[in-house]
Amino acid sequence: MKHKTFFWFFLPTGLAMLLFIAFPIVSVVIQSMYTPHDAVLITVENCGPFGCKQATTIDQEATASLRAAEPLGKFVGTEIFTDRGHLAFGEIGAAWRGSETMGVFFSSIYNLPFYRAMTFTLTFTFISVPLLIILGFIIALAVNSLNRHLKGVVIFFSLLPMIVAPLVGSLVLYWMVDSRGVLGTFIQYLANDPDLSMKASTPLTWVMIIVYGIWHSAPFAFVVFYAGLQTLPQDQMEAAQIDGASRWEQVRYVVIPHIMPLVTFVALIQLMDKFRVFEEIIGFNAEAHATSLSWMILNDLSGETQLLSSAAATSVMTLVGVAILLSPVLVRTWRDFQEKT
Amino acid sequence: MYFKRIAVAGALSLLASTSAYACEIGARVSIVGNEFPAIQTVGAAAQECKGGEVSTNLTADHQKINLAGMSGNPAEYTSAIVANSSIVALMNEDVIRPLDDLVAKHGAGLKKNQLITINGKVMAVAFMANAQHLVYRADVLEKAGVEAPKTYEDMLEAAKKIREMGIMENPVGGAYKAGWNLAQEFNNMYIGHGGEFFKPGSAEVSINNAQGVATLNMMKSLSEYMNPDFLTHDSNATNAEYRAGNVALMNMWGSRAATLSDAEGVSDEVKNGMAIAGPMTVAGGSTPATTLWWDGWTVAKNISDAEAEATFIALTNAIRPEILADEEVAKQAVWLIDGYEPTPAAVGVFDAASAGSTPYPMVPYQGLLHTALGAELSDFMLGKESAEQALADTEAAYTAAAKEKGFLN
Repeated sequence: MKHKTFFWFFLPTGLAMLLFIAFPIVSVVIQSMYTPHDAVLITVENCGPFGCKQATTIDQEATASLRAAEPLGKFVGTEIFTDRGHLAFGEIGAAWRGSETMGVFFSSIYNLPFYRAMTFTLTFTFISVPLLIILGFIIALAVNSLNRHLKGVVIFFSLLPMIVAPLVGSLVLYWMVDSRGVLGTFIQYLANDPDLSMKASTPLTWVMIIVYGIWHSAPFAFVVFYAGLQTLPQDQMEAAQIDGASRWEQVRYVVIPHIMPLVTFVALIQLMDKFRVFEEIIGFNAEAHATSLSWMILNDLSGETQLLSSAAATSVMTLVGVAILLSPVLVRTWRDFQEKT
Repeated sequence: MYFKRIAVAGALSLLASTSAYACEIGARVSIVGNEFPAIQTVGAAAQECKGGEVSTNLTADHQKINLAGMSGNPAEYTSAIVANSSIVALMNEDVIRPLDDLVAKHGAGLKKNQLITINGKVMAVAFMANAQHLVYRADVLEKAGVEAPKTYEDMLEAAKKIREMGIMENPVGGAYKAGWNLAQEFNNMYIGHGGEFFKPGSAEVSINNAQGVATLNMMKSLSEYMNPDFLTHDSNATNAEYRAGNVALMNMWGSRAATLSDAEGVSDEVKNGMAIAGPMTVAGGSTPATTLWWDGWTVAKNISDAEAEATFIALTNAIRPEILADEEVAKQAVWLIDGYEPTPAAVGVFDAASAGSTPYPMVPYQGLLHTALGAELSDFMLGKESAEQALADTEAAYTAAAKEKGFLN
């Protein structure tokens, strides 16, 4: 395609991307580097149905002139990124100097909101993504070998977890694992412990969310792999069979190499998706046990006093995190592309 | 007697309809607020006004949209219905206007204690009061041979007895869900211990002290008699536990107590056994471990004077004394409106007010501390860290947030 033709074809998409992707990112980055002005506080008397009381309030007239002079707020550079709510460099330094053993050091780091959120997010991402790829692949192989009359029905049911909205799906599971729910009671019976509660235990909550994450996303992997299996070269499979390859060897040496690019694709999408874990935490009411960057943004924005700069900084860090996670896969794809051309 | 009552009701409803007819406004009115029954009543009554369009957006997410909807010029919402905690966010951003001139012109029917004045200016008009107080099962307590607790120490004693006698496994209920609810329970208990949240006259937090530690220890002791999932239970879930007959003692909102046992499927035992009492004290203190709340309406700053006047007239009309003629409405809340007669369900909130409870603090940075408490206390409740560490974490989280907001340098 000529460069000029390509340009005119791409222009509408490019404009939309600029408007809806690039500009918001620029806006968030700017917002993360400005904070509200210093509040001018005065003590006044407040009265209401319960009597009068001396209280502090903001002097609006004094603050208004500050705002008019610098409407963006106070420039603080990367101060928000390094404060206790985010990277917490000061607190880590103090913990390093103050801790006698590595155990104490790590537990005081885990006590900081950002590192706690990252611990859960990365554990969740790196356990659930490989497992959901394996599970999706097994389902795809199983469905592929079914009689064609059965296939339609089985595919429909296999896709159900993905069709259910994450918030609804996690709520359903949340009620089932309640200590008085179906699964909760069953687990108590298995463990022979009538006081066992999934929701009260941090490790069990993590397991529950990871299992949910696999259950919810395995159908995605399944659909992609199933489509890939339809393009499997039949002559290669037949050759392998004639050579006496067992079923496992056929899968290992013919099927897996054939769908490897799809595995990369699913891993890419799912890494991105799982890193932004959010609905599961809300659905399971799990904020006491597990948090994520997205949850931190919600926590900053849902309080009575909203922390916009802090939320913006966390958003920028989410973007950076996704970029770091995807970089190995992206580099590999780029190399493959270079080799081919 | 019966005829007399009909006559009175008829006269009142006649009065109501005439004054509704009298409500004439000349501009647009747009209200945003929470969605519980009392506020639905106020929103519907404001819509009776003629002459201008009155629209309402009543939703549980009102706090996420009211500030944004009032920041523009002209503002989308001409009024936000708020409580003493959430008015602060609107005050901080300077989006609501003083109402003194409108009160002088149209507010003859309002009582003085309905007017919320800040620095001598009327900034909101309150129409109902709320507080958390004791809700208990009189039948269960009788079976266990204990009185309704007056203090949290009594509550622990009663809970112990109920468990030991095998009547209930987890007799105490509490909205201890990590986040806003858990922080609110801390606030209650900390006030009950006589604690002060900030150093006098400054935004510097000071909760890592003996009262703070005692507060957390009391909360931990109570949680040992709660459903083990307590960190996931908000008020709704706690009420569900009570309705299911699993809970005998809990600290619950007055606005929810009136309708608590009305739900479908509640056994007669729970319905008949339900009783309400005032809030409890703790650690020998005299101030009850609870906070007082009001709900009221405000008028936006960035709108025309005509719209502000229309909003004021419509909302004053919505909380006129005649709305209490409807028995269902009278039951919905502890109204601050002239002529309100407390129903039996209101006794808890009335006791809270008369026992000298503290109103929820209206300082600009209280919301930041509330958020910090909600996020940092759960580790202590799970037994993962000490009370001192949890309080130190909360102070650090608050300080970072207060610095960002410009309250601390």
